Amino acid sequence: MKPELIVARIEQQSPGVLEHSYVAYDGMLTLETAPSRAWELLKFLRDDEMLHFHFLTTLFGVHYPHEQGRELCVVYQLHNWLQNARIRVKTFLSIEEPHLATVTNLWATADWMERETYDFFGIVFDGHPHLKRILNVEDLDVFPLRKEYRLEDGTRTDKDDRFFGRTGNEGRRFD
Amino acid sequence: MEVQSYFSSLDSLDGELATLNLGPTHPATHGIFQNVLKMNGERVVSAEPTIGYIHRAFEKLAEHRPYNQITPITDRLNYCSSPINNLGWHMTVEKLARIEVPKRAQYMRVIIMELARIADHLICNSVIGVDTGALTGFTYMFQERERIYDMYEEICGTRLTTNIGRIGGMERDFTPAFHKKLRDFLKTFPGRFEEFNRLLERNRIFMDRTIGAGPIAAERALSYGFTGPNLRACGVDYDVRVLEPYSSYEDFDFIIPVGTQGDTYDRFIVRQEEVRQSLRIIRQAYENLPEGPYHADVPAYYLPEKPDVYTKMEALIYHFKIVMGEVPIPKGEVYHAVEGANGELGFYLISDGGRQPYRLHFRRPCFIYYQAYPEMICGAMLSDAILTMSSLNVIAGELDA
Repeated sequence: MKPELIVARIEQQSPGVLEHSYVAYDGMLTLETAPSRAWELLKFLRDDEMLHFHFLTTLFGVHYPHEQGRELCVVYQLHNWLQNARIRVKTFLSIEEPHLATVTNLWATADWMERETYDFFGIVFDGHPHLKRILNVEDLDVFPLRKEYRLEDGTRTDKDDRFFGRTGNEGRRFD
Repeated sequence: MEVQSYFSSLDSLDGELATLNLGPTHPATHGIFQNVLKMNGERVVSAEPTIGYIHRAFEKLAEHRPYNQITPITDRLNYCSSPINNLGWHMTVEKLARIEVPKRAQYMRVIIMELARIADHLICNSVIGVDTGALTGFTYMFQERERIYDMYEEICGTRLTTNIGRIGGMERDFTPAFHKKLRDFLKTFPGRFEEFNRLLERNRIFMDRTIGAGPIAAERALSYGFTGPNLRACGVDYDVRVLEPYSSYEDFDFIIPVGTQGDTYDRFIVRQEEVRQSLRIIRQAYENLPEGPYHADVPAYYLPEKPDVYTKMEALIYHFKIVMGEVPIPKGEVYHAVEGANGELGFYLISDGGRQPYRLHFRRPCFIYYQAYPEMICGAMLSDAILTMSSLNVIAGELDA
């Protein structure tokens, strides 16, 4: 399926749902949409007879701390097995109010994927049947994959770079 | 008041239902994860899986490691078939850096990945046997897996956490000892495998225990994101190796076995047939192994020969830069999927041009399909639930990342 055709089809059926679309580095069509319309777009992509992106391959979060008002990103990746076409849908949320409609009612597999995304990024999927942490302990009070959290305890002194013949940490972000 | 409501919410043994903790360290779970089961006698009424017991924050770790140091992390995802994870990761980086790997290296990778698939399926299927009460096959198949591990050792020096291959190709060419071991394996393994197959495939007890145990319909399986042998057992012939061939899989002739019922027996049979198909692929790849280099000519990514580092300026510079994590990495987003032993193993890599990934997400098939487990076992007997779990081949390392 040609990317232009997919975009045209979406524009025709639900105008204004796409904020932006481009072909990513690896050649996959990427669509950007507003959080309020993400569910609608995903449902359309799944159910439309021509597009038929029936399979939710993966869903995860990304944190861009420097993008004001759109710090958190949720990426959905869909796959049409009949024509072997993959597509990405991205939606950006503000870190102040990271709310998004759940897609568990479209794909059962979104259940744990959304729980994982909540667990690591604090993105709240409204309507999810039991949104709670999945891989981390329940009483953890941070969302560890957000960029502000260091890999290790910042107060540790045994990994001080100066002890290894390096001055400061400039340019090295290995932690 | 609070205490009272706590107790009234519990289902106790004197009531109708009993709460049973299956795991986290129960031997039958074959890994560390827990299921809180509500039991009505021997029947499972509801199940709630609790996972994360061996979560090691791989996605966070990967944001703090240069690309070549992420390979050992991938070892520890599905540790029954580490080479597939390793090579899948290398292919992802190669896709990002636009590196073309020579044909010989691609064929070598195919041989290794199919050996890994055989090793994984052997464990899974012989463990299904163990859980139905047939230990014998397991003891023999473990010896065969041992021979595959011996071959890994010839290729990369390690057995379980393999760290096999390098970005740009393979670390070394196949050694004469490897050739001998592989030829020996191809000669003697099929016979022993069929012997194992004869123990179980038409075994009355085994069939009675597995047919109809833990079935799932194709439609539900698709909704649950099933891939790999578990999906194929339901009758859907999705295989990344065929749909999006990587590493020259398009050169080989093999079939995708599918089941019909999606139950434990079908999963067993599909894996058995996949082992035979993997052997076919290995034979084809080995017989047609192209001559030529075993790694791409990409000095910026691929470590030079050690003697050269001591004698040649260029080699020394590249060695230093690679070890210090100073390799040129383009900006961009890349998704690469390989057919892991359990299904579509995907690497979603976001690079900002820095030394380490900006974000790396693993699409782990175990994590995705294990959430269907409660649905598959509700209403079933406890012993069937155990069988269903072992036939799903849930690997805790991949589950928890």
